[in-house]
Amino acid sequence: MASSNPKPLLPSTIVRDDEGALVQAAKSGDLAAFEELVNRYERRIFRLTMHITQNREDAEDATQDAFLKSFKNLDNFEGSSRFYTWLVRIAVNEALMRLRRRRPNVVSLDEPVETEEDLIPHQIRDWGPNPEQRFASTEMNSILSSAISELEPAYRTVFLLRDTEQLSTEETAKMLGISEAAVKSRLLRARLKLRQKLGRVLERSATA
Amino acid sequence: MNCRGVIRELCEYLDGDLDRATLTDIEVHLARCEDCRLVVDTTRKTIDIFCKAEPIALPEDVRHRLHDALFHRLGRRPTA
Repeated sequence: MASSNPKPLLPSTIVRDDEGALVQAAKSGDLAAFEELVNRYERRIFRLTMHITQNREDAEDATQDAFLKSFKNLDNFEGSSRFYTWLVRIAVNEALMRLRRRRPNVVSLDEPVETEEDLIPHQIRDWGPNPEQRFASTEMNSILSSAISELEPAYRTVFLLRDTEQLSTEETAKMLGISEAAVKSRLLRARLKLRQKLGRVLERSATA
Repeated sequence: MNCRGVIRELCEYLDGDLDRATLTDIEVHLARCEDCRLVVDTTRKTIDIFCKAEPIALPEDVRHRLHDALFHRLGRRPTA
């Protein structure tokens, strides 16, 4: 029975029951089914490409091309993975291509040179319970976007795939063409850096 | 296990990917080190906050351009 309550957004690891049927229908050329898939995932894909490219025009183009390519290549989607994971892979490639094109001398997905000393956390204070609830959701989104934008692209991309898109280490490594050890190393640094960046805001709000 | 060791294993600890011996070492350390407890707690909160954040609605102009372009290229006007 349909519920009148709004459905929460599902993490990419959870597939709605009808996704397989929609993909099958889209494969046979049913544009309405494909449109439903677009409606379902456009916000998440746009957020992902926006976070990676840090440029609205590039994010729009990457989102558009990701959906277009996914439709045109649906025959190559075997269904052994989740459709959303497959779509994310295409969107990440589109976003990274535009990021490199726009800033070829700045952007490198190679490991930034950092020492183990850089891992030592600073700002060790309590944030209090549910610190995010002290902010309106739009304000919190702005804080998170700002924190992500300050991360090096190599860290940013790994964090987005592993934590917000909830891909496995293996999937992330394959998608980015790097080793699983590199994914783990970058994820640790990304999480610690984001912790520090959020801490600047959340510690203040805890003591205010 | 010292503080540096905890930081090195932080992701595996938070993701539940540790063997029992390392997990025990970390928990012994955490029981007596408030700084590490706070780092673990605030890192876990960092991940939770990012994961729970709902993507904001696509700006209407972006959504229109996306749907127009997609369905024009695919040969049909959108219904949405």
